[in-house]
Amino acid sequence: MSRIPTLNDLKQGQKARVKKIMSKGTIRRRLQDMGFIEGSLVECLQRSPLGDPTAYLVKGCVIALRSEDSSSILVTEVL
Amino acid sequence: MSLACRTCDTRVGEELFGIKIDYEKEYVVALAGNPNVGKSTLFNNLTGMKQHTGNWPGKTVTNARGVCRYKDKEFVMVDLPGTYSLMAHSQEEEVARDFLCFARPDAVIVVCDATCLERNLNLVLQTMEISRNVVVCVNMMDEARRKRIRVNIEKLSEILKVPVVGITARKKNTLKNLLETLSAIVDAEEKKQYFRIEYPENVEKALEVLEEVLTRKIDYVNSRWLGLKLLEHDESLVESLMTFLPFNIFEDMEVMSGLENACRVLEENNMSKDDLRDITVSSIVRQEEEKSKNVVVYEDERYAARERKIDRIITGKHLGYPLMLVLLVVVFWITIKGANYPSEMLARFFLYIEGKITYVFELAKAPDWLHGILVTGVYRVLAWVVSVMLPPMAIFFPLFTILEDLGYLPRVVFNLDKYFKKACSCGKQALTMCMGFGCNAVGVTGCRIIDSPRERLIAIITNSFVPCNGRFPTLIAVISMFFTAYLTNFYGSLVLSLILTLVIVMGVVMTFFISGLLSKTILKGVPSSFTLELPPYRRPQVMKVIVRSVFDRTLFVLGRAVVVAAPAGAVLWLMANIHVGGETLLGISASFLDPFGKVLGLDGVIVLAFILGFPANEIVVPIIIMAYMSQGSLIELDSLSELKALLTANGWTLTTAISMMLFTLFHWPCSTTCLTIRKETKSMKWTLLSFLIPTLVGIVVCAIFANTVRLFGLVI
Repeated sequence: MSRIPTLNDLKQGQKARVKKIMSKGTIRRRLQDMGFIEGSLVECLQRSPLGDPTAYLVKGCVIALRSEDSSSILVTEVL
Repeated sequence: MSLACRTCDTRVGEELFGIKIDYEKEYVVALAGNPNVGKSTLFNNLTGMKQHTGNWPGKTVTNARGVCRYKDKEFVMVDLPGTYSLMAHSQEEEVARDFLCFARPDAVIVVCDATCLERNLNLVLQTMEISRNVVVCVNMMDEARRKRIRVNIEKLSEILKVPVVGITARKKNTLKNLLETLSAIVDAEEKKQYFRIEYPENVEKALEVLEEVLTRKIDYVNSRWLGLKLLEHDESLVESLMTFLPFNIFEDMEVMSGLENACRVLEENNMSKDDLRDITVSSIVRQEEEKSKNVVVYEDERYAARERKIDRIITGKHLGYPLMLVLLVVVFWITIKGANYPSEMLARFFLYIEGKITYVFELAKAPDWLHGILVTGVYRVLAWVVSVMLPPMAIFFPLFTILEDLGYLPRVVFNLDKYFKKACSCGKQALTMCMGFGCNAVGVTGCRIIDSPRERLIAIITNSFVPCNGRFPTLIAVISMFFTAYLTNFYGSLVLSLILTLVIVMGVVMTFFISGLLSKTILKGVPSSFTLELPPYRRPQVMKVIVRSVFDRTLFVLGRAVVVAAPAGAVLWLMANIHVGGETLLGISASFLDPFGKVLGLDGVIVLAFILGFPANEIVVPIIIMAYMSQGSLIELDSLSELKALLTANGWTLTTAISMMLFTLFHWPCSTTCLTIRKETKSMKWTLLSFLIPTLVGIVVCAIFANTVRLFGLVI
């Protein structure tokens, strides 16, 4: 049985497309404003020295997310 | 300008936005844009003002206003806080949206970053939905060129059907085109249509009726947009509508029945308010994707490769933390080294002038008390503040500004966030702490970038654990007197920087500890979500930063010295010379505080100095010196070694010095900061707590330290 991968599962350098955002409320809007919407391509750039947060490249900008938030973004299989 | 309907409404701009506008003479132009796209730089260059700029999102937190003249026109520029969207998830977005919507500016400039235009288009489209006179201004054209990103300005203008101008905000000569466009757009007789975003059929059907009613009721807000927001039940907008509209829209029968009908249509289609919001957002994003596809060409796919490489070092697993510390040490080292020489020169200069002034007083046969109060009191405190405090400030500040312009600070947040998460607070607190290095009051205001009210309060309360510019020189002076006096020059200043860094690290650790404690007790809660943008690195304008911050800082410190230090000097001299029952007021207060001071490893005079230094931390050390000197030991102070002699003669030991440093780091915030906290929290309770918590920490830390030393008989 395989779980649907989330953004948090990406390793440095991996890319994936956003499938669905599970979070609710303000953070959901915020993520959408930043360009995390269904179908957008996201690349995992690197983790911070302590492993969290992680920097992602989305729509030409670098956005850092905490693991709680990145694991609420479902992605299609890793490209 | 459609004056008729607006002049009666000038109150909107003045009362509700705190901005005075003469609608008859001036054109109001709002500057909107994503955070960190150079709005403030553009604003400064257009208006000749000096808003603080920096390479991190969230720099501008309030509306700033400035005037710009071009040909025969006068534009009032309003610099709105940077936002990613106008859907009001935060205070800044609310401010920006309300201004665009209800203050009805004559034109709106939406500033975009050419290097990530697609994301920026989101705000452009949203703005065009609520405003009809939009000029899109694509900034950072030079940077885009360097990264070989080609933006087709004409094409963008054609697609959006609004004027688009490419500029480089740093270079004034690129702005003429923008002003010309602006001038034309405010002159235009015919208003453009609002930008229309097409939604799925069922949404359109629901909107239809509502839109028609609203068009009849309110003529200056896009009824299509307003209808959609009412359907989504956007709470923050509901509140603003109550404030800004001349009538209560929610008591209007027609509007309400229209809204009901529309809601029914949505229900029939099984669409919740959340679904609707998702649809609105994604419809806009689809539009922006499509539009940018035809406009931006990346000639070099790896345009940011170098930046990524730098990031992997600066925020890397192995080097991230060591580099932060090394940077701190280097900054301190430059500050200390650089301040040494001007400090000495200034001290000698002031001493020389003091001699001359005294000579004049003697010639004029002025009474002793006048000489005392003006020269021994006011003049000496002033001289100390200027000669010892000013040079380190004037050097530290620009160094820090350069790091800020470079884009390093968001990386600090990125590195440290995990600890903040552990303390159940927001990573952006690190940014507010960095601002606290300059001035705690600024740091407290900066806490607005933190969205969660709980986390914002934590950041406000703990901000004074970062020593501000007014406390640095005190730390430097104490360290160099008691720790590094015997080391040779180079190693001396290096060791000094290391110790200073250690002190800062202590402050940071205490911040984590108290933040965590607050999250477990009076400000209980879980860490909220947050997104942090890491902006591209930008080359700082070194010369400009140096010239400006040296100049600004100098003026600021001098101003404060005159306003605060001078009267304090006078008060102190009076206290030292008014006798009550055979003792001076100063002596009485000092001996009253002495037992308490002793518990902390300090003495009565030091505690008194901290209390009298409430208006400004800069004057703590001069007060100590004056108090000791007035008690008998008169020395001519022109070097730190003589100062040390004075202190040792008054019972200072290494323990006193360390306690002094601890208390400098942990005690109540200065009066300006307290007032700012009051303004920001709008609550006496939190202001009081922000005063008490650092004070208690200071008392506890000092008492533990001093008594441990005493207990083990380690009198050093």
